[in-house]
Amino acid sequence: MRCEGTYTPCLLPIEEIIEETRDIKTFRIRRPEDFVYLPGQFAEIFVPGVGEAPFSISSSPTNPTFLEFSIKRIGSVTQALHRLNPGDTIGLRGPYGKGFPLEELLGKNLLFVGGGIGLAPLRSLINYVLSPEHRESFGEVFVLYGARTPGDLVFRWEFPSWEKRKDLTLCLTVDEGDTSWSGRVGLVPNVLQEVFTRSCANWVGIVCGPPIMIKFTIKALREMGFEARRIITTLEMKMKCGLGKCGRCNIGPYYVCQDGPVFSYEMLVTMPEEY
Amino acid sequence: MEYAVLPKSALGSFVDALRQYGKVIAPVAKSERHFAFEEVTDARDIALKYIPTILPPKKYFMPQYETLAEYDIREGQKLYPVVEVEHIVLFGVHTCDLAGIQCLDVVFSDRPKDLNYLVRRGYVTIIGLECNEYCDQYASCGLMGTFLPQGGYDLFFTDLGDYFFVHVGTQRGEDIVANFSLFQRAESRHFWDLQLLRAKKAEIFRPEVPVDRFLLPRMFQEGFEAKVWEDVGNRCLSCANCTNVCPTCYCFDVKDVMNLDLRTGKRIRVWDSCQNEPFAKIASGESFRAERSDRKRHRFNRKFSYPVKRYNRFFCTGCGRCSRVCMAKIDLKETIAQLARETGYLKV
Repeated sequence: MRCEGTYTPCLLPIEEIIEETRDIKTFRIRRPEDFVYLPGQFAEIFVPGVGEAPFSISSSPTNPTFLEFSIKRIGSVTQALHRLNPGDTIGLRGPYGKGFPLEELLGKNLLFVGGGIGLAPLRSLINYVLSPEHRESFGEVFVLYGARTPGDLVFRWEFPSWEKRKDLTLCLTVDEGDTSWSGRVGLVPNVLQEVFTRSCANWVGIVCGPPIMIKFTIKALREMGFEARRIITTLEMKMKCGLGKCGRCNIGPYYVCQDGPVFSYEMLVTMPEEY
Repeated sequence: MEYAVLPKSALGSFVDALRQYGKVIAPVAKSERHFAFEEVTDARDIALKYIPTILPPKKYFMPQYETLAEYDIREGQKLYPVVEVEHIVLFGVHTCDLAGIQCLDVVFSDRPKDLNYLVRRGYVTIIGLECNEYCDQYASCGLMGTFLPQGGYDLFFTDLGDYFFVHVGTQRGEDIVANFSLFQRAESRHFWDLQLLRAKKAEIFRPEVPVDRFLLPRMFQEGFEAKVWEDVGNRCLSCANCTNVCPTCYCFDVKDVMNLDLRTGKRIRVWDSCQNEPFAKIASGESFRAERSDRKRHRFNRKFSYPVKRYNRFFCTGCGRCSRVCMAKIDLKETIAQLARETGYLKV
């Protein structure tokens, strides 16, 4: 019999697709009026006939008209997504999870450290903080972003608007340069210790990237004097239901899809190291 | 009437009368040592003395394959949510399995609620049945304290020789009793018979492993790096038998499958298992519980530690099914005992 759906997405046409890198595209869809979210939350994206997968929302909730998801081509759903064109229909279910702890960030200076596609959830918060209605609630913003090669850097089209601001420092690095690259070369955790030379008092480090990069970045931040509660990360997990039930994203007593994906390092150390 | 008695001779007509509430499902003998919950039309087919069934009653609350939504591409790409329901009466559910159903109820009614589960749940009537004797060497209901009824039923039957002592648990149970004329008021001698049985049971049902149940979550936390996990991991075949037969293992996958007509299809929920390596593997290939020992430890923690923190209850009901079906003979009680020895929680 027909019923209310917990597991059924709402269908929306893709409005625009931005080619970020050779394997990452940003999909822009209209934001449904009841889709109320905070930076750091995620949603399940559905490709009809293929299935669903979880993605962090890379646009800021201060944008009332559209949602953006920046998606790397890597599994079955993402491959199907990458074959779609503007006008094609996708499904949206969410938002799920807990976003960044905005209250704890109030008045703090924010150090964002992103690796590869890990910049996507950070971008939502960065643009939230930079928005005119919220800018005064936060202190300085420092963004360190790295990718494997210059061609793997996402949101390059947006960087000029960040760079021209006086209240934001943007620092880019790549693991491996090429002839087009005159910028910094080096792994994110190492570069972090070179470029971020301020006192860490009143700073909060917000980290997202591949699991190995997160681990070494947290180690670097700890060495730089960041307290455990002042390091925040967002975890990648195979979330399926989004409701804290199906079990895939379970770590200790927590479900990443409900209790995360944002966790402080203080919290992470109390959890089994299964992330 | 909170308590009633039913003469055993009336069981046949009672089971017939139950059919007005739905399909009657009860334990049926498949062999001397194997039982299964199945539809019964004749009360004589019901195994009143049985050891835990091969699959627990969870198959009626959370079917192995369950349609969550349907679509027809001729009508566009919209998924129409559906729920598959059927009025059923589960008769003869032991206390360990009642505890298992209570665990599922807690999980699926925790916010955000799972509507498919909760809608179906409303169609199920549960009649429990007390274990008068200990079932076999695999059970650990003594340790888990699940050998006595702790709610979770509409009616609860205790076999006291030539009659059943009946506890009414819900309004629905009350209606069933009121609508069947052969129930009698429970008198003091009946309560006395029940007390005698319970006193006898207290002698038989003892903690199978000498550990304090309330310290189990702490023991599992402290024993996270214990050697027992490596030992168990080395033997485990990752077959997922243990999770399939577990009354509280509810992990699942959601899949979209198209029918052979290539026009209609459905979104289904199927049982999945943390014991399968791809279960928590992410698309980039990272596997957070890559080793069998990691996954075995995870499953044990999901029975004795994590849910105690999250839902304030153990998710092991002591039914012993996981040990009974393990092809590598991994025994739950032995595993707990070994962990207790390593961590110093074994009482001497």
